[in-house]
Amino acid sequence: MSPIAFALVAAIAIASAIGLLVKKNPIHGALFLVVNLGCVAVFYLGLGAEFLAVAQVIVYAGAIMVLFVFAIMVLIPGKEETGPDPRVRWRVAALPFGALLFAQLIMILGARRGAPTAAPAAPVPGGVEAIGRLLFTDYLLPFELTSVLLLAAMVGVLLLARRRA
Amino acid sequence: MSLHGYLTLGALVFAIGLFGVVTRRNAVGMLLGIELMLNAVNINLVAFSRFHADLGGIVFSLFTIAITVAEVALGLAIVIVIFRVRKTIEADRLDLLRG
Amino acid sequence: MTPIPAPPVLLSALTPVLVILAAGALVLLLDLVPPRDTKQHLGGLALGGFVASLLASVWFWDADLRAFRDMIALDNFALFFNLVIGYAGALVVLLSMDYVRRTGAETGEYYALVLFAGSGMMLLGSATDLIVVFLSLELMSLSLYVLAGLFKTRLDSGEASMKYFLLGAFASSFLLYGIALVYGATGSTNFDKVAAALAGKAPDGLVVVGLGLMLVGFGFKLSSVPFHMWAPDVYQGAPTTVTAFIATGSKAAAFAAVIRLLFSALRSMQPDWTVLLWGVAALTMTVGNVVAIAQSNLKRMLAYSSVAHVGYMLVGLVAGGASGAGAVLFYLLAYTFTTAGTFGVISLCGRTSGDESVDVRDYAGLARRHPLLAFVLSLFLLSLIGIPPLAGFVGKFYLFGAAVRGGYLWLVVIGVLNSAIAAYYYLRVIVYMYMREPEEAIPAGLVPSFAGGLALAISIVGIVLLGVMPAPFANLAVAAVAPLLK
Repeated sequence: MSPIAFALVAAIAIASAIGLLVKKNPIHGALFLVVNLGCVAVFYLGLGAEFLAVAQVIVYAGAIMVLFVFAIMVLIPGKEETGPDPRVRWRVAALPFGALLFAQLIMILGARRGAPTAAPAAPVPGGVEAIGRLLFTDYLLPFELTSVLLLAAMVGVLLLARRRA
Repeated sequence: MSLHGYLTLGALVFAIGLFGVVTRRNAVGMLLGIELMLNAVNINLVAFSRFHADLGGIVFSLFTIAITVAEVALGLAIVIVIFRVRKTIEADRLDLLRG
Repeated sequence: MTPIPAPPVLLSALTPVLVILAAGALVLLLDLVPPRDTKQHLGGLALGGFVASLLASVWFWDADLRAFRDMIALDNFALFFNLVIGYAGALVVLLSMDYVRRTGAETGEYYALVLFAGSGMMLLGSATDLIVVFLSLELMSLSLYVLAGLFKTRLDSGEASMKYFLLGAFASSFLLYGIALVYGATGSTNFDKVAAALAGKAPDGLVVVGLGLMLVGFGFKLSSVPFHMWAPDVYQGAPTTVTAFIATGSKAAAFAAVIRLLFSALRSMQPDWTVLLWGVAALTMTVGNVVAIAQSNLKRMLAYSSVAHVGYMLVGLVAGGASGAGAVLFYLLAYTFTTAGTFGVISLCGRTSGDESVDVRDYAGLARRHPLLAFVLSLFLLSLIGIPPLAGFVGKFYLFGAAVRGGYLWLVVIGVLNSAIAAYYYLRVIVYMYMREPEEAIPAGLVPSFAGGLALAISIVGIVLLGVMPAPFANLAVAAVAPLLK
């Protein structure tokens, strides 16, 4: 990925993340999250992970966002966060805390050594075949475990969302 | 683009998401912030994967996406349950449980 | 396209987990066929699953299997935790057959989710790869989030579920960030490869931050200070049997993952995490005990007390070595019996009044109304204080002994002072039971069902046995940590 393209997409990603913060209406927040997820998919493409980029768009930006927006619309039509904030002092304290964490992460990332900083000449293929191969050989256990997890989540959601006790 | 760019971006988005979770008063809003944080981690994973020339990180992020999806579905189900009992989902107003 | 080679599969290394998962799937299936008006047989099946898993774990003792490209290990360490979690699961199911049925929330899914959560916990003990750690932690957590919100018509249960979920997901993202940084620094998620990459080098900043973020994530799951704030709300609002499972099983599983991670993958960073855990242990003990004094709700009080007990166990991790880690394992076993029993009595005491009796005043005069139940609860509370000859005393003795030998005298002083503080609020409950008159007449006639009685009996036998003849179990615990310290 060229530095200019990176800077452009990164700017959009950060702007949408901040937008998510600033907008009090959760529907706007959800839409900003879609933009952010799309930017992340572009980064995946730039990093040579084509399959992941597609999965990100279909699963995340597609399915999850529909779920989010649906739930928000059903639950709180047009309702925004209004009135005096009961925990305002906590929230003011959150800003320096978040900034501190970020500064710390950057300092450490800057001071690190040992790991590569330049991309290898030939990127490993991140296509469907290579990933599929790994999923069914090296990562067989996590793959099966994920299916159990999805089953448990499905059973749980059904148990909760069903009306009768 | 160098690894540093991606890591810095990941850290920044993670910090913004963290800030969002702490400052949001609404359960759905907090969930949005958590999604942002998990995505930031995925950027890290994929970037490391590329610069180590090892597909493991990419496969890991695939699992992360699957889990995040399950988490969101579950979170919204819990929101619906509470909403049915009480017509508000603002986390701050959930103050029944105080010592 | 070249055919995909068949992956190496060694299912026997997963036997205890597979047994539980099979029971869970069977429960879901049998839920759909008659008899549909009763769920008692499903509870029996869940119990059978946990018992079969326990038997399988005993059968495999001293095995040293690794499977799925070293992603899981079935060694004595994993087997020991299988025993702890299997007992916790079995006790919770026994108590549920009484409590959940009485509250009218008994469904097939309840038992299935308890089994799924149990399988996730057992996998955490076996996991030797950060991916598997993350996935099994999520499997456990997702099931528990739902179980906490089981009482769908009660607001406190929903709130508990929501708070548990939001803070749990928040913690997961920290854990995941930590994992990503460790992967970035070492190029692998496998414990052995991480250890090999870190050996003999000054730690990279990336790994130090990764370690810190992972400890934050696990800190939430363990409810160690300052990440304990969810515990009282969740313990109070969740159904009591689920609270018992969160307090015992999930805590044991999180400790299993932390111990294996710290002692095998990150062993070269022991000086770093020892310093970190020293402070966390001291804070956790003190905050838990001091805040517990002010609680009048028994479930809340026990939540803070469980925070304090996590602090005691962290002392063992600070001490390190076979004796320190072994003491933590022993303490977890003792703590599981004691806590499951305590919450068991609470779940049985709600019987007549409809609502649960969770306020300490509800227990006034219990000794007269139901002497046996009062005596049993007193035993559990005395074990939590650490009165000899019960399990809690021996557990603390091993923990603090290991810390003294490791040269952490100040930490032991803090721990002993804390145990003295703790005695106050546990004894207060006993005083209420034996020396106070109830403020209003609560109908007598608390008769635990057979299942509930059996669960309490097993717990009592457990704490007395561990207290009277601890040596064989302590040896078992030390043998269990041996594979990590190779």
